[in-house]
Amino acid sequence: MKELAIQARDVHKSFRIKESGRIVRAVDGVTLDVPTGMISALVGPDGAGKTTLLRMICGLTSPESGTLAVLGTDTAAHPQAVQDRISYMPQRFGLYEDLTVRENMELYADLHCVPRERREQRNARLLAMMDLDRFTERLAGRLSGGMKQKLGLACTLVRPPDLLLLDEPTAGVDPLSRRELWSILRQLEKEESLTVLVSTAYLDEAALCKQVFIMHEGQLIAQGTPDELASLAAGRCFDVTLPPGMAARTVQAALLDDTATVADAVPAGGLVHCMLRRNADAGALHARFGLTAHPVPPTLEDGFMLLLRERQKEAAQAHGPAEEDGRAAVQGTLPGSPARGSGAPGSTAFSRHVGASVQDGQQAAPADNAAGATDGAAGDVVIEVRDLVKRFGSFTAVDSTSFCVRRGEIFGLLGPNGAGKTTTFRMLCGLLPATSGLLRVAGNDLRTARAQARANIGYVAQKFSLYGTLTVEENLQFFGGIYNLHGRRLRERIATVRRQFDLREENGLPCNAMPGGFRQRLAMAAGLLHEPQILFLDEPTSGIDALARRAFWRQITELAAGSTTIIITTHFMEEAEYCDRMVIQDAGKILALGTPGDVRRQAGPDVNSMEEAFIRIVERHRAARAGAEQ
Amino acid sequence: MNATASVNAFLVRLGALTRKEFRQLWRDNSNILIGIVLPIILILLFGYAISLDVKHAPIALVMDDDSPLARDVLSGLHGEYLSPRPVPSMREAERLLRNREVDGIVRLPANFAEQLAAGSAQVQLVLYGTDPTSATAIRGYVSSALNLWVLRNSDRGGPAPGVFADSTSTGRVEVLDRLWFNAANSSMWYLVPGLVVIIMTLVGAFMTALVMAREWERGTLESLFVTPVHRTEILLSKIIPYFLVGMIGFFLCLLAARFLFRVPLYGSLAVLLLTSMLYLIVSLALGLVLSALTKKQFLASQLALFATFLPAVMLSGFLFDLRCVPPLVRYVGQILPATYYMELIRTLFLAGNIWPLILKNNCVLLGYAVLFLILAYAGTPKRLFR
Repeated sequence: MKELAIQARDVHKSFRIKESGRIVRAVDGVTLDVPTGMISALVGPDGAGKTTLLRMICGLTSPESGTLAVLGTDTAAHPQAVQDRISYMPQRFGLYEDLTVRENMELYADLHCVPRERREQRNARLLAMMDLDRFTERLAGRLSGGMKQKLGLACTLVRPPDLLLLDEPTAGVDPLSRRELWSILRQLEKEESLTVLVSTAYLDEAALCKQVFIMHEGQLIAQGTPDELASLAAGRCFDVTLPPGMAARTVQAALLDDTATVADAVPAGGLVHCMLRRNADAGALHARFGLTAHPVPPTLEDGFMLLLRERQKEAAQAHGPAEEDGRAAVQGTLPGSPARGSGAPGSTAFSRHVGASVQDGQQAAPADNAAGATDGAAGDVVIEVRDLVKRFGSFTAVDSTSFCVRRGEIFGLLGPNGAGKTTTFRMLCGLLPATSGLLRVAGNDLRTARAQARANIGYVAQKFSLYGTLTVEENLQFFGGIYNLHGRRLRERIATVRRQFDLREENGLPCNAMPGGFRQRLAMAAGLLHEPQILFLDEPTSGIDALARRAFWRQITELAAGSTTIIITTHFMEEAEYCDRMVIQDAGKILALGTPGDVRRQAGPDVNSMEEAFIRIVERHRAARAGAEQ
Repeated sequence: MNATASVNAFLVRLGALTRKEFRQLWRDNSNILIGIVLPIILILLFGYAISLDVKHAPIALVMDDDSPLARDVLSGLHGEYLSPRPVPSMREAERLLRNREVDGIVRLPANFAEQLAAGSAQVQLVLYGTDPTSATAIRGYVSSALNLWVLRNSDRGGPAPGVFADSTSTGRVEVLDRLWFNAANSSMWYLVPGLVVIIMTLVGAFMTALVMAREWERGTLESLFVTPVHRTEILLSKIIPYFLVGMIGFFLCLLAARFLFRVPLYGSLAVLLLTSMLYLIVSLALGLVLSALTKKQFLASQLALFATFLPAVMLSGFLFDLRCVPPLVRYVGQILPATYYMELIRTLFLAGNIWPLILKNNCVLLGYAVLFLILAYAGTPKRLFR
């Protein structure tokens, strides 16, 4: 029998949260066997206990109970013996930013006492493999996110480890860098039959592994090969064709709200990928919504979502029906059925209140996915950007960029790390002055009327910028105050957003003590207190779990239907499917602008996923640029 | 693994970590600022700008009696310590005092010459009392200047009346004062050796606390821990570079003391050196303990300032003699390692090799060094706490 890399038996570990005094069972009775010679994935939402489990495997913290054998050694009893044989890359890569690439690698080679003669050869090979050999003298702090991640990996490989542990190596890294890292990992798996356990929030990464472990709230809820896990949803997955003139997110929202039939729905490649409930029938979709659905093979994500939904349902039953009632009451029909469509492109006739039954067929909401990308042709323009340039010294971060955003649109800003999207974003919010170009937000020129422009926008920053020591109510009162709300109006608005974002409970706890998804809802609520026309969201879904992300996008869809304009950046390419239109930026330039469908078509005839489209477009542009330079 | 191989591995890893630490030290300008530039600034500041001596203190002279005899009496006030400035009226003198343009007023009454002839004359001295140290010093200067006149006058065979209020004796007793251990009566002699203590405390505790906490904070320790590295190697690699920086600070102070300020060194240089190395280790180890406790750069640096640097300035006897402070403050002072080193270094500079004191204080320092090193070792397990 082959030696197991990791053998965990009923491992427990809990922490006490300082603010609330609550005990969190980070790892709650995990039993698993990780085989050698292949890549295994540890998948689960944020806070599932992945990091804690990895740290216990490294001997950085010990289990409270249970046994944990790593490479046949009890890691709690002999951590050093384990640490001599394994390598571990923590979430922040563990690099010394003030050392160069070469110095970082030399340090780790010395710590592992790699002999000089063997080191030269191996380091050269690793650097070539990571495509870092041109940057050996660059300080690690000056590398891009993707390059740091590769250097971190190189440092763990200065000698072939018996087991490699990677803690979310691709968090916050763009799709190109993710793909590159995975091709390196799979090459190592093949060439050195490296044993790897990698934790990740991306299911497409897990699908590349031989073995997948799914964690949720400290427990291992499923394990198996990607195919085995996907087959949990066998026979229940369908692709729903969009009626003409209907946005994918509109259909998805209606499907999600039909909780009796539909377990999960997500826009994908111009269709809506949908998973039905156990005993539901695809015919119900046709009967209720007039939608045509054809069966498709399930993906790992389907299996995963199914498991999470089952868990959520169990939790809801255990806690009483309170959590579900909001959802269950919503039983919508698909509004404005395409047969009755008014003909004018851009009038999808979708109710402002998705949940309410729709009597009046028509409503002029411009949220239209298929209406084409003719800039500003339909609906009124709320953001106008023309020839926008931003230079930092001699470096051009944003280069003659032009686009328009119409009222009620969801507009995505996408690009690899360092593409200039954060800079563009900050200029739009009035946080950063432009070097040149026109920038009008809600009818105000940002150069001359920044304050007026700001009064019309809400902004949710990446890290949510909430006051961690204040309670929900105190945070909302503060943010209302800085937007000039007071007295009865403030109280009313707070009550409204609390209802809207499911922030009803006031337990008097500081919001630091609340989970990530809750803080994200609170940040959204704070950003919307003053009823802005435009909402800016900077990577709002980083670090929150798949279920919370579905709920988040459901909210966004509703806001856009209520004619709030949404500008959003994200690292999850599949989320671009929710956008009406989007831009892809790289090196400060716009590479693609249009509906998700346009962008896919621009990428190539056979491109189905947004991620594939993104990678193709960026790579094509980079190759062209490299060719031009030579 | 045999012993030689494991010693070799130890040396390779320690060398790698120390090299890394030196590189970081050199690339981060703030370290050089704290380690080298700050000591130079402190030396210049304490050496030149801040002085506890009262010299050329401005005082106003109100001569209601303008007779030659009165002028002769006051002639002794001119000199290195006082800068007398004749003013026409008491009103004007008071104005100057209120504006603190002068630190004191010496007033001779209108009938001073007559009083003197009668055998007992009075001089009024008004002092700006907010700074008792300088007020006392000025009183002393005025009083001794007047007494000197009395002595000289009686030598010339003139009458020897008591001139000043507190000079009631008419006998000829001359006080010949000598200041031992600081013959030049210069606070510079006193302060500059003390500066060594301040700088070693700052470099030792502050810098190590900061760099170690930085590793905790940036998560670099997390990946370092999962290697064959031993915590002794991590701790040693933090101590070695900053030990050298601290010694550079020490030599800067020593050179400044000897050649810039001409402070004598009566004790042995070797003892001074060994003592200072011992104190530097105490200080470095304390910094490691603080970073192990806090694991945050901000907290560690605040703690290092409030728990080591400020007490070293205020409570170690650097500025205030510990025998003259309230008991509670004295007890706090006696807990501080800096106090023992302060006593040692001043004794070595200004008094010489006083062996009982050298042995006793070095034993205390050694005890602290061992204690802090053990605490630092125990406080830095290869573990994360959550």
